[in-house]
Amino acid sequence: MIPELGHFALILALLLSIAQCFFSLNGAARGNAAWMAAGRSAVVGQFVFVALAFGALTWAFVDRDFSVLYVATNSNSQLPLFYRVAAVWGAHEGSLLLWSLCLAGWTLAVAAFSKSLEAPFQSRVLGILGLISIGFQLFMLMTSNPFERLVPRASEGLDLNPLLQDFALAVHPPILYLGYVGFAVAFAFACATLLEGRLDAAWARWTRPWTLAAWLFLTIGIALGSWWAYYELGWGGWWFWDPVENASFMPWLAGTALIHSLAVTEKRGLFKSWTLLLAVSAFSLSLLGTFLVRSGVLISVHAFATDPARGVFILAFLTAVIGGALLLFAWRAPRLKSAAGFEPTSRESFLLFNNAFLVAALGLILLGTLYPLFMDALELGKISVGPPYFELVFLVPMLPLLALLGVGMNAAWKRGFLGSVRNRLYLAGALAVIGSLLVGGAAYGEIRPMTTLGFALALWVMISSLSIPLARLRARQPIPGAVLGMVIAHFGVGLATLGITGVQSFKIEKDVALAVGDGADVAGYDFRLAALRDLRGPNFIAVEADVVVSRDGRPVTTLHPQKRLYDSGGNPMTEAGIEVGAARDLFAALGDDLGQGRWSLRLQYKPLIRYVWLGALLIALGGGIAALDRRYRERATVRAGAASASVAPGSR
Amino acid sequence: MTPRRKRLIAVIAILAGVGAATALAMLAFQDNLLYFYNPSQVMAGEAPKGRTFRIGGMVTQGSLERTAGTLKVRFVVTDYKHSIPVNYEGLLPDLFREGQGIIAHGQLTEAGEFVADEVLAKHDENYMPPEVAESLNMPTPARPVE
Repeated sequence: MIPELGHFALILALLLSIAQCFFSLNGAARGNAAWMAAGRSAVVGQFVFVALAFGALTWAFVDRDFSVLYVATNSNSQLPLFYRVAAVWGAHEGSLLLWSLCLAGWTLAVAAFSKSLEAPFQSRVLGILGLISIGFQLFMLMTSNPFERLVPRASEGLDLNPLLQDFALAVHPPILYLGYVGFAVAFAFACATLLEGRLDAAWARWTRPWTLAAWLFLTIGIALGSWWAYYELGWGGWWFWDPVENASFMPWLAGTALIHSLAVTEKRGLFKSWTLLLAVSAFSLSLLGTFLVRSGVLISVHAFATDPARGVFILAFLTAVIGGALLLFAWRAPRLKSAAGFEPTSRESFLLFNNAFLVAALGLILLGTLYPLFMDALELGKISVGPPYFELVFLVPMLPLLALLGVGMNAAWKRGFLGSVRNRLYLAGALAVIGSLLVGGAAYGEIRPMTTLGFALALWVMISSLSIPLARLRARQPIPGAVLGMVIAHFGVGLATLGITGVQSFKIEKDVALAVGDGADVAGYDFRLAALRDLRGPNFIAVEADVVVSRDGRPVTTLHPQKRLYDSGGNPMTEAGIEVGAARDLFAALGDDLGQGRWSLRLQYKPLIRYVWLGALLIALGGGIAALDRRYRERATVRAGAASASVAPGSR
Repeated sequence: MTPRRKRLIAVIAILAGVGAATALAMLAFQDNLLYFYNPSQVMAGEAPKGRTFRIGGMVTQGSLERTAGTLKVRFVVTDYKHSIPVNYEGLLPDLFREGQGIIAHGQLTEAGEFVADEVLAKHDENYMPPEVAESLNMPTPARPVE
């Protein structure tokens, strides 16, 4: 009964989405206040019914209702409650429902928190969000219904993929989706602007906090995914340039470019059409990412052949959304003029470079990700693009980006000279180079060109970020939220660069065959296999090893890597043993029984790896602080003045 | 500067940027495009000598040999028409099993053996690598339902 109610709620949600779209867009076009109000009510209704549908599916999982096909395929009666709930979004159908719920949530937030928007503009935004909702809900109802029954009911479920039975991966999809879907708001703002044909500073001011919020969720989502891959996939890598990862990284790059471009649009009224194009791109890439990951296209273009309805719908939906938005852009964008000019060393021009490098990296990653799909679809051979491609095409634009970042942050708007900031920057640069040589030479006893460059850029970004609040404190100036957020996020970029440089330069990985009592040396640490034992977990059995790590005869830690076999069957799983440290991680994963009492182990030394994720978290934190800046909340009063005054030049 | 000249400079800058990006992409593609071949194609001499590529197929039942107590393994990959022996030294992935599909990454020796530096079996336990499934003319299996 409950699943049918969920199915029914989903149908009602679709009808309300249609109402939301119809009344909002038409009401705005005709200036009909009653219709616009009806559109806003539909938003609330849509959210309630999507939430009911989501609740019904969650109930089916909690209740172990294996008469529902999706539940029977993705859970098992022994699965702990937490993972039964997480299993709701463990596969295609449920993740679409989660997507739809996120979208309804963001839409509700826009309806609730943007009362200061002019009514027709707000209605257009809600109408466009409604269009996207219609697409997703139709897709679910027509091709991927999570409430489909299984007749006769299964006596037991198949289980959630054991790889997904993990805290980080259970919370990873919802956070990632909040990011993906959040870009729908920026997208809808952009489309509404194009429909109205005018864009002022107030527009950018409304869009910025929404975009920052979406982007910060995406940042956390990606960092969680990377962290999970590191400890759960068992082999200690933290980024594989896998298409699935690229699918989330590309919208992130577009979103990063967008928040920087929005700053220029707000402060200086420039880059208007470019900002709109980025808003459209960020969401388009999110859509592409969702479908690439969840529809099986990545596994094989021909996977569509097994379910052509899905493939055709996805292609049609992507074409309608992306093509429609681009057409609207081509038609209306020429109306938007960016009048003012700027000097080559002003902040605007540094942000222009920022966008150019980010978009270059994005384009090259997109090429590498989609190229194998095109080749395969055209029957030109099966190709995969190796990680070295992505490493190279990402690194090359990032080096100048980081080098310019330190200057750009300190540069003034509009004005062309750096003035008193110049000495500060020379000092920061000198400190960065000296620091880099010290870190490379003293800590790792080796000075290599690329490593030195990496460390120097990392320190340069961190020091030049910190110089901003320091200078403000000395001059007894206040530090507004937007500036504090910018500083923290960029410091995070430096920290992540430090971690990436460290781990890529000095990591050591060793596969060894050890009997109990044997040891191996990794980076001066002695890893000794001390014991092996059998062990029983809640829904698995495991072999656990004690790997005693010591350095110069002094004990450091004991790692406990496991090889698990889940009761629901399937393949063994590797649980790594990791000792976390500020300077390095020590990592041991258990392989196979090799015979003659020996086991294979992978031992690793991972210097500075924690800073990769810590940096990402700071980036997200900075985004959050910037989004909460007071001036975004003073919109109502600002708006009245902004309509006539447009831009307050040079303000920070 | 006249607006016309400004526009010209902008166009030249964009072209230069796109050109640089294309050159970078070509350079990066050069060594990092990995082709996939099945054992029949390898036997027919289609696979390049002295270049890294990927080979995929089923691991023949009973073909897995370990040199006891070491990381050296040897197994046979087949597409049920032809078979290629594969040598590898290192940890095998969790999903590696006889009778299941795998992809190996490495080079072909003069003796017609494949020396792998990486062996992949993908995440999903019911999942057969798609290249393998297709080269065997089998549909990619969906997850079976009881």
